[in-house]
Amino acid sequence: MKRIALIAVAALFVVSCGKKQERSIGGTIAIDGSSTVYPITEAMAEEYMKQNRRVRVTVGTSGSGGGFQKFATGETDISDASRPIKETEIEKARQNGIEFIELPVAFDGLSVVVNPENDWVESLTVEDLGKMWKPEAQGKITKWSQVRSKWPDRELNLYGPGVSSGTFDYFTEAVVGREGASRGDYTASEDDNVLVQGVSGDVNALGFFGFAYYYENSDRLKVVPIDDGNPDNGVGPIAPTFETIGNGTYQPLSRPLFIYISLESAKRQEVQDFVHFFLNNAPELVKEVGYIPLGETTYQHAIDRFDERVTGSVFSGGSQVGVDINELLQTR
Amino acid sequence: MAQQTSRNQQEEIFPGKPVKSLGEKNPNIERSHTRGTVFKWIAIGAAGIAVVVLAVLLIDIFSDGTVRLSKDFLTEYPSRHPEEAGIKSAIYGSIWVMVFTVLFSLPLGVATAFYLEEFAPKNKITETININIANLAAVPSIVYGILGLALFVRFFALGRSVLAGALTMGLLILPIIIIASREAIRGVPSSIREASMGLGATKWQTVRHHILPQAFPGILTGTILALSRAVGETAPLIMIGALTFVPFVPGNIETFSDIIADPLALITFAPMDGFTVLPIQIFNWVSRPQAAFHVAAAGAIVVLLIILLSMNALAIFLRYRFEKKGSQTR
Repeated sequence: MKRIALIAVAALFVVSCGKKQERSIGGTIAIDGSSTVYPITEAMAEEYMKQNRRVRVTVGTSGSGGGFQKFATGETDISDASRPIKETEIEKARQNGIEFIELPVAFDGLSVVVNPENDWVESLTVEDLGKMWKPEAQGKITKWSQVRSKWPDRELNLYGPGVSSGTFDYFTEAVVGREGASRGDYTASEDDNVLVQGVSGDVNALGFFGFAYYYENSDRLKVVPIDDGNPDNGVGPIAPTFETIGNGTYQPLSRPLFIYISLESAKRQEVQDFVHFFLNNAPELVKEVGYIPLGETTYQHAIDRFDERVTGSVFSGGSQVGVDINELLQTR
Repeated sequence: MAQQTSRNQQEEIFPGKPVKSLGEKNPNIERSHTRGTVFKWIAIGAAGIAVVVLAVLLIDIFSDGTVRLSKDFLTEYPSRHPEEAGIKSAIYGSIWVMVFTVLFSLPLGVATAFYLEEFAPKNKITETININIANLAAVPSIVYGILGLALFVRFFALGRSVLAGALTMGLLILPIIIIASREAIRGVPSSIREASMGLGATKWQTVRHHILPQAFPGILTGTILALSRAVGETAPLIMIGALTFVPFVPGNIETFSDIIADPLALITFAPMDGFTVLPIQIFNWVSRPQAAFHVAAAGAIVVLLIILLSMNALAIFLRYRFEKKGSQTR
């Protein structure tokens, strides 16, 4: 009897390997990608499924790069990304016959922070940041006084995200001018909470990470206003707030976050419905999870872009600093 | 002259008088005793550090996490509101993956162990297999994730399913199960083998009726400990694309009545469904900016710890039971 049961289980196990989701109820929307964009997508999926119980939305966090890998082989319908898709990734998708629609969904403002007890830094220029972070600074710029002579002769301890993160890519592009170019002798962590801990416990520290991490810890961090030297988008140093990031005056450290939708998947009713829900509810939900919504008209442009199925990326490979999203969205 | 010196030396080494009586203090013995005491305290200190670190961790986690422990926390799906977020999909996912991991790795591991211990000829091929298994046990778990992604997810087209995750985990713990099972089989006295064979039993009968029952408690303990490792793994499952936000349980099977309504779904639909597991959920919450998510993570860690401790307790209990049973039949 036992033996028969065993054989039965084994047989059914083998059978189960062959079958695929035939019993699936309604559609499934598979999303994967950046863990930075994850909170937004999670909020969207949660709310969407409250209204559409028959559709299943799943979200993974393989990172922007890992997400694009799965997207390019057609394993996912939508890819979250904290940076634009790269040439190599576009090429890989093309080889598999995958076309995509690129939509910005929110802003994030990379916030430069110091310890609250730091009383000498009032603001920083982009050149100051470049001086601290450029590859040539490695082992040389080790004191605050070397950045500006009137600052004290104290150790300069730098904290930042690891080299594989999209945040790192964008920061280096904006500050050093070359994506991925940075000194190596700084305290790196993939977990931004560790950076928050580090800066809040070290008077000589300077670090950067996404706005939400500053916002949630604003009682134990001091944010540094940044001056990009360009009066066109606000005169003088500007600190990151919901307002300055949203209206484009916090430059050059505001960056757009994206979703990429496979053209093939966009033919499906549930995917179309979800993308519309996403863009229509973005102004409210994006803010709720700690990111900065694009303007109302911008979301309308994004909806138009999706409805017209405009494919391809407007970014010619790699991050671009200080882009006008509205202008880009109308690029056909 | 020379003779004189040597006699003097001899007397120093072997003095004419009897050795000092027990009551008197001998500096040599005294020193050895001091050394012994010092070593004892070093050993206690070393063991103490481990216990203290564990205790501090547990106290910290429990003081943060217990506030979140409630029925809702176990029965709600993840949410963007940390206070409402629960770990239902993660618990179900962990259980599904564990069950299929055992179904896959236990028979395979035990059969391999029996082959290597009882049937394999002692030759180069067997030696190569032995070395390979020992090496596989030390391979970083992420490598199994890469293998699982290429083999199960892509080549066998299982997708990002429970089954693909379980097979990857099964590979990960297979070497551990094989090594533990071999130890258990080796622990069976050879007199039993010889007696059985001597009475005319075949190799299969010997293995089936004598060695397996004797080795079973050891095999079981090894398997459960290997599973405890698997239940805490994150990296390989993230690699194969296990999800983070999963607002359903595999196969939509939530209660026993669901199983009765459609028992076939247990083996057809559920294994092919998407899933998440507790460590992934914890990892995600820990890295969120909002402090309330960190509390939720602590709560999930407490649940994971309880599961791990129960598994270890089960291992001890089963071992005790089977050993008692084994000694009765002997």
